Amino acid sequence: MTLRSYIISRILLTIPMIFILLTIVFVIVRVLPGDPVLLHFEKMENPQAIEQMRVKLGLNKPIWVQYFDYLSGLLRGDLGKSMQDFSSVSEQIFSAFPATLELAIFSMIIAVSIGIFLGVEASKSYNKPKDHAIRVFGIVTYAIPVFFLGMVYQIIFGVTLRWLPVGGRTYPTMEPVGLKIPLTQPPGAFAAHLLLSCIAGLVPATLGFILLKMKSKKITRKILGFLILIFSATWILLAGLGWHYISMGELRIATGLYTVDSLLEGNLYKFAEALRYLFLPSLTLGLVLSGVFVRLTRSNMFETLRLDFVTAAKARGLKETTVIYGYAFRNAFLPILTMMGLQFAALLAGAILTETTFSWPGLGRYIVDRINFRDYTAIQGAVVFFGILVSLVSLVVDLLYAYLDPRIRL
Amino acid sequence: MNRLGVKRSMLARIVPGMASLTKRGLAGWLVILGAAIVASIIIMTLVSPWISPYDPSTKGINVGKPLTPPNSQFPFGTNDLGQDMLSRVISGGGIMLQVALLSVVICLLVGVPLGLFSSYIGGVFDRTICLVMDSVYAFPGLILAIAIAAMLGRGVTNMALSIAAVYVPSYFRVIRSQVLSIKEMPYIEAAQSIGAKSRTILFNYILPNVVPSIVVVATVNFADAILTAAGLTFIGLGVEVDIPDWGWDLTNGRRLLPSGVWWVITFPGIFIILLALGFTLMGEGLSELLNPKLGE
Repeated sequence: MTLRSYIISRILLTIPMIFILLTIVFVIVRVLPGDPVLLHFEKMENPQAIEQMRVKLGLNKPIWVQYFDYLSGLLRGDLGKSMQDFSSVSEQIFSAFPATLELAIFSMIIAVSIGIFLGVEASKSYNKPKDHAIRVFGIVTYAIPVFFLGMVYQIIFGVTLRWLPVGGRTYPTMEPVGLKIPLTQPPGAFAAHLLLSCIAGLVPATLGFILLKMKSKKITRKILGFLILIFSATWILLAGLGWHYISMGELRIATGLYTVDSLLEGNLYKFAEALRYLFLPSLTLGLVLSGVFVRLTRSNMFETLRLDFVTAAKARGLKETTVIYGYAFRNAFLPILTMMGLQFAALLAGAILTETTFSWPGLGRYIVDRINFRDYTAIQGAVVFFGILVSLVSLVVDLLYAYLDPRIRL
Repeated sequence: MNRLGVKRSMLARIVPGMASLTKRGLAGWLVILGAAIVASIIIMTLVSPWISPYDPSTKGINVGKPLTPPNSQFPFGTNDLGQDMLSRVISGGGIMLQVALLSVVICLLVGVPLGLFSSYIGGVFDRTICLVMDSVYAFPGLILAIAIAAMLGRGVTNMALSIAAVYVPSYFRVIRSQVLSIKEMPYIEAAQSIGAKSRTILFNYILPNVVPSIVVVATVNFADAILTAAGLTFIGLGVEVDIPDWGWDLTNGRRLLPSGVWWVITFPGIFIILLALGFTLMGEGLSELLNPKLGE
């Protein structure tokens, strides 16, 4: 199988998977016993109001028509209307998503760094006390409920020591606005918007493409190129979805990631504040997830360190750090990359609990709020969004893996 | 005769392993330690009505001044309702254990037969089930459980059902991959050639060899189920409270944190960790003992 046919078959396989997933969620919410509208009202409402809500949400139609509406809505990016205020669920999800994404990115960075560092340390002293201690760490992190760890941090660093904020994303007055570009000619604003966002997306895309096409065999460079390509694709996508705003004669480019926006704004104080608020939640989630990476790195590095080329490198008198990170680790990295993709689902699940603990205004909190309002259409929308996101991420990771490891295509 | 043979071969794998656990090095001790933790928590929960100093349910409100820090009368302090935290911790494992046990049983009843039949029959049937299972497996577990639990409503059974729905694919995958490799072995071919029925082959010749993997998956899954149950409770989908529950105490304690009340969450939290840790240790040790190949 060539790389191209692998990519095509992998993409084709994703479509039925997403379809099945959508059907499962639909069956859970609409078909299984438990009418969402009745559940929403509990019992105190009159039948008229219930019927009205059914009509407004299109839940009075036959189940097959509802199913068709649901699927065709999704194709247009429409996740339905909220039961609470009939506003668009897609809009609410897209405005909450950047907070979750930012938390997820930082947690993943922390989890992978801790995991790789401790895993390498453990494999260096295999079966010695240090190794056992690190293994215990791995097992214990697996057994800690993420929200409990979060609360322990809140007590220690937030309430007792008062070093870090207990919850929220930043001060209300400190929300970064992103990059503002004054537009002297308002009629041309839209054209400028499109042009700028395309340029903003295409510049990194070109860079990524060059990095990928370079004749170098360096694995890090290829990964970097790939990541940049994904980043720019996302950027162009976000631009299309209105992540750039035009108002009052100015163009605003904002990602919703406070760390990025504060830098775009050029305000280092806001950046520091964003990091301060981000620190405890992402450390909590990162630490809980790191156990898997510790375990994986440890066993992979142990295998690799026994191979001949490592002995050869050592025999040539290279420094230990160079041998381990420059030679051995590069060979043990691919499984870790796969694991990063697999752990993305666990990361999102953990994010729901972490966000609830730290009052972090992301998707997790959105779902929990909606549960309290008994807003079942919104819950369904959020669950669908998570499902599609995870499927796409695992698709990207598989493609990246196939690109980096030629064996997978065979 | 045949059935007896099966029983013996299943027991033959497990019982001597139990007897000689202490001779199996670190892995054996992990199993013993884990089992000891789990057993003591279960026993503590079972005898809690007789050993807890105060009533842990809503009847025990205001036995002490609300939010008393740990002292000699209330070693774990009291919560905002004036309930004794020590009593609540002693009896608070019940719901979590019930939910976890029930969900593991449901998983076993659904996942094991599904994995056996699907891989043994093969073909379109197998591929369809695989695709469905893979879709569920790829989904973030807690999020799917939230959707199901939100629709089903509160209660131990509903919680167990929503957790089971999420973890069935883990059982299915492990069993399927095992059966696929066992199916190709000469002794199965021999059984087929002397005309053994499919049912006999599946249940008498294949199933006993899958049992060790099932034991490992179920043990590890216990820990997952407990943590998922705690998570569901934390976001407000737990069991309605009159019965003491560690998960509910954590949820309740979150509101009290900003005023520096650390004792309401700390002790229930530690016990959830201990329970999950016990199962994880057991799973870790068992997987090394029963499936040396899977271990590394």
